[in-house]
Formats: sequence, structure tokens, C-alpha cells
Amino acid sequence: MLDKLALLGFGQGGWGLALLQGAFITISIALATLPFGLALGLIVALGKRSDSAILRWLSTVYTTVFRGVPELLTLYIIYFGIQILLQELWAKLGLPGNFSMPPFVAGMVALGVVLSAFSSEVWVGALNSIQKGQREAASALGLSKAQAFRLVVFPQLIRVALPGLGNNWMVLLKETSLVSVITLPDIMFITTRANVVTKEPFLFFGAAMLIYFAFSLISAWGLGRVEARTNRGFAAFGGATR
Amino acid sequence: MSWCEFPGWLVGSEVFQNYGCRMFSGLGITFQLVAISVVLGFAIAVGLAITRLYGPRWAQVAVNGYTTFFRGTPLLCQLFLIYYGLGQFRLFWQDVGLWWFFREPFYCAVLAFTINTAAYQTEILRGAIQSIPRGQFEGALSLGLHRWATLRHVIMPQAMILALRPLGNELIVTIKVSAIASLVTLFDLMGATRLAFARSFDLSIYLYAALIYLMMVEVIRRVWDRVELRLTRHMALR
Repeated sequence: MLDKLALLGFGQGGWGLALLQGAFITISIALATLPFGLALGLIVALGKRSDSAILRWLSTVYTTVFRGVPELLTLYIIYFGIQILLQELWAKLGLPGNFSMPPFVAGMVALGVVLSAFSSEVWVGALNSIQKGQREAASALGLSKAQAFRLVVFPQLIRVALPGLGNNWMVLLKETSLVSVITLPDIMFITTRANVVTKEPFLFFGAAMLIYFAFSLISAWGLGRVEARTNRGFAAFGGATR
Repeated sequence: MSWCEFPGWLVGSEVFQNYGCRMFSGLGITFQLVAISVVLGFAIAVGLAITRLYGPRWAQVAVNGYTTFFRGTPLLCQLFLIYYGLGQFRLFWQDVGLWWFFREPFYCAVLAFTINTAAYQTEILRGAIQSIPRGQFEGALSLGLHRWATLRHVIMPQAMILALRPLGNELIVTIKVSAIASLVTLFDLMGATRLAFARSFDLSIYLYAALIYLMMVEVIRRVWDRVELRLTRHMALR
């Protein structure tokens, strides 16, 4: 039993270091995707509430598609699709050699697009919760539309949206496990390889589970802290608003 | 031409026509996988949600641990742990006569999905039961209803209506994540599509698969909306 556990250690033949690197990749891709996905989600949300019917239609189609198609499929389509498109472009430009898509970028784009589709729903809900008067008052004070959004609407938005966005983060963290299929060496990829080499699947996938679980617990704890902080002015209403 | 080649022929895609039959039989596997896991998961979740709320203290802690753990780890990891990890103990399963189960990727996928969706559905049902106003319990008590009768005739019917929408979402999520079953050599819709791509290198086949998934999800979403509207027609506010 103990000699099996040594496989997870850092000594000779131990996979400890590789697992740590995998964990680092998992965290990196999740953190790299987050700002991209959330910002895109906010843009889509603003599109859904825009005055232009075409924009509204486009944003609705966008969210319907990326919420309805399996993440794994989206990942494949983006990974191979961008690869093929850029390769053709590469050849047309007459550049030497081949273009190959970095899996990290493909994973980031695919997860980011899915995240934006889901987070746009959260943003829309939060935007709806902010009364029209806030914008009107801001414009009465002489703030431009952009200023009003940045200084008046956004700070209130983030408080309302935080629980939903926190949920999106937890989902994203687990979805990163899919990038292993496009050969990005995250936790799943490393444990799959370790399984091939050592024939100890239970040990390694069990270890992967525990690493993901630790990430989830830490995230939940951190999100709780951040939520409590953004709600600190609202203690009179019973603390956290859900 | 058999019927399953027809959609491919209709859109004029040779790959889709050639692999149409494989993809539609894959769709059948996806359906079975999702239907079995969601129904089994629901049955388990009802029991767990009630245990979580009214069971003995230790059972509450256990259910809480179960839902937290399986909601906090990726399904892909759970699937690999069950298919590869539990498959490692072949001799043990052969001894207890369960090897036929853990040998089959389909059964392993059903087990993984059931465990996973049961954890999510437990939380949905717990939330729904908890949001039933206390007066309902007290009213039932004052009518002399037994605890089980209260739960069965007063609380559950109301909680189910509240849970309807999140349960529909859970069904849709399960359809989508069922695509990862293809990673344990199962030829569901995704698996058949991957095979078609690996042999033809025609990316459009992924787009057709995306379209099939999308249609499936949209149909279910709309039917579910209708069902919800029908079941809540007695409620004044809707």
C-alpha cells in the first residue's frame, strides 16, 4: 500500500511533480478563461438588452447555441476549426511550414465562449435588477453613458451578479478537465498518462478527484468571503442576499 | 437508402450520409444513457433529499458530504475513476460476480452519470422542499396528518412544482455532459461523430452533431416549458 502511495510522491518514479504541474495548468487555464468569458458575457448581455432588434436576435442565438451544444463538441469544433482555418490562411499567405494551434489558446477560447453564454444570463438578471433611475440620475449629474456604466451601474451590478458568477466559476473549474482531450497537460491529462505507465488508475484518478475537490472547496470558501465583503453595506437586510 | 442516411442526403453532405446510421444509433445510446441515469438519479435524490432534511444527524452529514463531493469534482474524473479505477479490481469483481457490470463502458457511464445527477437533483429537491412555507407543515399537523402523509400529500406536490424548472435544466445538462461517455470508448452520438471525423477529416460532421444536440436540447426545453405551464395552471400568478 505504502509503495503505491510513493507513486504520488516526489521521489524516484513519483508523479508528485507532474501532478503539481498539471494542477498549475488547470488553474492557469481556468484563470485565463475567466476574465475573457465574463467580459464577453457582459457584452452579450448588453446586446440582449440593446435597442437594436438585430443585436438582440444575434445575442439570443449566440447564447442558445453555446448553452445547447455539449462543451466537448464546442472544444473540438474550435480546436480543429480554427486550426484548419488558420492553416489555410497560412498557406494562402505563402508562409513556410505549418501552423499548429496551441491547445491552451483553443481551450481558452472554447471554455471562454461557453462561459460567456452562461454568464450572460447572470449579467442580464443583474442588469435588470438595477433601476432605470440610477442611469437617469447619473445622466442628470452630467455623466456620459460610459461613465454612468462604469461608475454607477457596474459597482452595483457586480454585487448582484456575484453569486451567479461564482457558480459559473465552479462550473468552469470542472469543465477545464475536458481540455485534456486536446492534449493540454492538465490534471486529467497527467493522471491519464500516469495510469498508462503505472497501471494504477484507481490511485491516480482518485488523487485527481481530491485535487479538484480541494480546488472547489477553496473556491467556495473564497467566493463566500468575497460575497460577504461586497454585501458589507447591506448587513441590515440580513447579510448576504442569497 | 435507409432512413438514417436521409438527413445527410438532404443537406448534401457525403460524410453525414455515410455515417448517418452510426450517428443515429449513437443518438439512441445517448437517449438510453440519459434517460436511465436521470430517472434512477431522481429516485435516489428523493430519498437523499428527505434524509438530508429529516434524517438522523449522521445521515444528514453523510448526504451533505456526498452532494458536496460529487458536485465539486468533474464528471469526467468520476467516469474515469469508475471505468478505469474500479475496473482495476477485476479479480474482486469476478469473485463477487459483478465483473459483467464494470466491464461494460455503458454500465459504468450509467453508474457515473447516476451518481452525479443524483447529487445535483438532491440539492434541487432539498432547496424546493425547504422553500415550502412552514405554515404548510403546521397546517398539516393541525389536521392530524402523520409526518409521512404530510410529506407525501402536502409538501411534495408543492415542492415538485418548484423543482420542475431546475430539474428540466438538470436533464438538459445531463444530455450535454453525456457526450463525455465517448471518452470511455462508448459509441454514443459524440462517439460516432468522433469516429466519422477520425476517418474522414471532415470538420462539418461535428457541426451536424452540434445541430442534433442543439435540436434535442431545444425541443426538451420547449416541451418542458409547456409541461410547466400546464402543471401550474391553477396558480393565479402565472
